[in-house]
Amino acid sequence: METEKRSIQREALAKLIEQWCREGKRVLAPRKSGDKVDFDRVTSLSEVSFDHVQTVQSPKSAVFPRVEELFSFRSADGQVEVRDRELDILPETVVFGLRPCDAAAFAALEAIFNWDAPDRLFTARRARTTLVAVACSRADEYCFCTSVGGGPGAVAGSDILLTDLGQGEFLAEIASAKGREMLQAADSLFGPALDADKESRLAKPAAVFAADAVAAVLAGLFADTAFWEEQSRRCVGCGACAYVCPTCACFDIQDEGGASGKRLRCWDSCGFGLFTLHTSGHNPRPLQSQRWRQRLMHKFSYMPERQGVLGCVGCGRCSRGCPVDMNILEHLRAIAEARP
Amino acid sequence: MNALREKARELLATKTVQVVIGYAPGSGGAARALFVREAAQAGELVFDETCLQNLAAYLMKPEVRRLGRAALVARPATLRTILQLAAENQLAESSLLALVPGADGVLSLSTFSAIEAHVAAQDNDLSAAEKSELEKFAAMGLDERREFWQEQFSRCLKCYACRAACPLCYCTRCTVECNQPQWIPVPAHDLGNLEWNVMRAMHLAGRCTNCGDCSRACPVGIPLYLLNQKLCSDVLSSFNQRSGMAARADHSLSTFKPDDPEDFIR
Repeated sequence: METEKRSIQREALAKLIEQWCREGKRVLAPRKSGDKVDFDRVTSLSEVSFDHVQTVQSPKSAVFPRVEELFSFRSADGQVEVRDRELDILPETVVFGLRPCDAAAFAALEAIFNWDAPDRLFTARRARTTLVAVACSRADEYCFCTSVGGGPGAVAGSDILLTDLGQGEFLAEIASAKGREMLQAADSLFGPALDADKESRLAKPAAVFAADAVAAVLAGLFADTAFWEEQSRRCVGCGACAYVCPTCACFDIQDEGGASGKRLRCWDSCGFGLFTLHTSGHNPRPLQSQRWRQRLMHKFSYMPERQGVLGCVGCGRCSRGCPVDMNILEHLRAIAEARP
Repeated sequence: MNALREKARELLATKTVQVVIGYAPGSGGAARALFVREAAQAGELVFDETCLQNLAAYLMKPEVRRLGRAALVARPATLRTILQLAAENQLAESSLLALVPGADGVLSLSTFSAIEAHVAAQDNDLSAAEKSELEKFAAMGLDERREFWQEQFSRCLKCYACRAACPLCYCTRCTVECNQPQWIPVPAHDLGNLEWNVMRAMHLAGRCTNCGDCSRACPVGIPLYLLNQKLCSDVLSSFNQRSGMAARADHSLSTFKPDDPEDFIR
């Protein structure tokens, strides 16, 4: 579908958010709290942060909550009754103010959750989620979208992409059927098409490495134990990187309750010592270096090979959120330069 | 800084240690851990006010232990942590020495008693700012306090960065990973988050050496240090014991004494 260009004023944007709320939609947007900016439910434009580079957490919880009930169960008199989640009560959601990298990340999540058998809950949430992104006017030293096929003004993944043109005016690029539907429901709030110079408004994060070069080197780097030990020595093995990542999709299944209860899906991380620990007690990845290798291999080698999509969009959250400064961009640069 | 680099070079060249664990410049103007294994790499070491991480956490990591004897660049809280780990029988005296950069060069402390003497002479109390924050927190009513922590814990992702960064969270199998029975709910929902954070705070009561790394590590900014400082100050006032002061010490909360101030124990 061809991208349609329109414009929207800040005041109209405020009305648009109010309209979504009136329609009963859940609007999630970056909101400042203390010294951090994170996605939260908002009801007005005044609550939305625009001047941050990136939120702490990604918007993935809109489609993949950190804890989610898959089904409930009840057993009595030798019979087990399983009740699936009702899908039609899941909220219609607008994620507003996410970055182009975040919007691109949904393709990676879709590739994982719908790899073979489509994931019922994920698919239902995704179908009810519309992405209204805001292009980046600033980047920081952790950003590297341009090294992984994205860009600060890239439209791919967004239903609508807004670019701040200054003086309270935004370019609105309508990039999908969902975006068009959203436009049609509020057409009067949008102005005429603009022939604006969007590029001059955008951040210019440098392209540091080529993702296909990284994938090619990684293919021969698996057995280089010394390399991975050197790379991962200061990693303390927490899950902060995975939990703030917009594409990490590992989960753990937990049952709560006794004879009756529910089965929950919870975020999990390849950084943890329990990752791939077998019931027998054997773990094919007992060392942090092997788990760090798995993290990079999965995103930059296995996913492109098996699902045709990178498992990284260059948002830089893992680096910003890491308690010990495991800056992933540095690691990727080192990999791109490694010649095994 | 030059004295520190020189000392690191000497320790590695003479094979006194196999690794110097110190700081190097990192991203965003912060410092990060550096593992120096060759004398030639010692020039990368730095020490300034950006060097905050408690590097003693690495002493408990099997991959780091395997490197051999370590020299650890130590801040005041790091020294207390070394003593606390020693008191908990987690460190052999021969496995490390502490390097304390100061105005007149770098001190090399190679025995626990040398570390004890240095710690005894340094200020180990909470800072005035920490004390006033703790007093504000203590002055909250029960309901207000519950509300405060419920809001804080509602943001907890259960990424366990607090646990991973904490040098005193060295269990190879954490309570939260024991599932027969499941003591602590794994999901990051209200109950799971409350139980996890309260359990961790209780396990650190009288052990935490107030390095602040749990709070610095938390990606969503939960002020976990408040819990640990409160519990440690309670242990200090109840049992007159400050953690991390001695390499041999009984743990206040797991030692029976006939003259225990709590009369319900008798």
